[in-house]
Amino acid sequence: MERNPMRRQLAIMRQSLFDQGHVDEQFVQLEELQDDANPNFVEEVVTLYYRDSARIILNIEQALERKPFDFRKLDAYMHQFKGSSSSIGAKKVKAESTLFREYCKSGNGEGCMRSFQQLKKEYATLRKKLGAYFQLARQAGPVETASRPK
Amino acid sequence: MSGNGASSSSLNMISGEDVVNNNLTALVVDDSPLLRLLHDIHLKKYGLKVQVAENGKVAVDLFHLGASFDLVLMDKEMPVMNGVEATKELRAMGVTSMIVGVTSKDGPGEQQAFMEAGLDYCFEKPLTPEIISFLLEELNKHNNKD
Repeated sequence: MERNPMRRQLAIMRQSLFDQGHVDEQFVQLEELQDDANPNFVEEVVTLYYRDSARIILNIEQALERKPFDFRKLDAYMHQFKGSSSSIGAKKVKAESTLFREYCKSGNGEGCMRSFQQLKKEYATLRKKLGAYFQLARQAGPVETASRPK
Repeated sequence: MSGNGASSSSLNMISGEDVVNNNLTALVVDDSPLLRLLHDIHLKKYGLKVQVAENGKVAVDLFHLGASFDLVLMDKEMPVMNGVEATKELRAMGVTSMIVGVTSKDGPGEQQAFMEAGLDYCFEKPLTPEIISFLLEELNKHNNKD
């Protein structure tokens, strides 16, 4: 049990990321790769994810403005986005990506639009929560070991 | 997961310390900078010397220039030259490195096509510590036989 109040708050925040389904086991695996040689590894990977995601989201937005929809292209973009979301353990975003791809495969344009809006909401929420988490983590100092969520 | 006889029951749950090896080299071929970083750090943790390539053509060119690697992690979907093409080229060149396909969740037909290009194994990305341990164990077995 963390005695330091900031570390306690960080632990609570971290646990809620899992409890609320924002991240999954893959996030723990990222944390386990973080060490003295790579002390900011998780944040670096997540930052790369944001950069990747911004590009892909823009591509999807532009593709959704063109009618008729090129479902193959949309699916290919979302395939990329799902891959990188899986890599950081972005559970809800990954789930929404899967749904979007199902709509692409069935040629359901309305479904794609709805799913994409939901995906952007989940992504924005994840960014906000991870942003707050990393900010507190920087203030709290290095955490010694990764631990599996309860 | 598919591979030459690989199944989840044959995966050895070996800790990183058991397979740390300073002699093995790896090439991570992926167009995603995120996946390149992830697999790079992951493999380095096991003591491998790692290089990265952003597509299949860069990987093939490295081998043409005389580079060799014990392990190649090959993404499937890449611009310029995809993983299937790159794997076929490497095998045609006589490359005997362990080539492991790393894919997003594709249909079984797509993974099969990738395997038939000449992979030793094919796994879903990102690779887990258990899978990396398994691959390094297989590499060590293979190197000990030589």
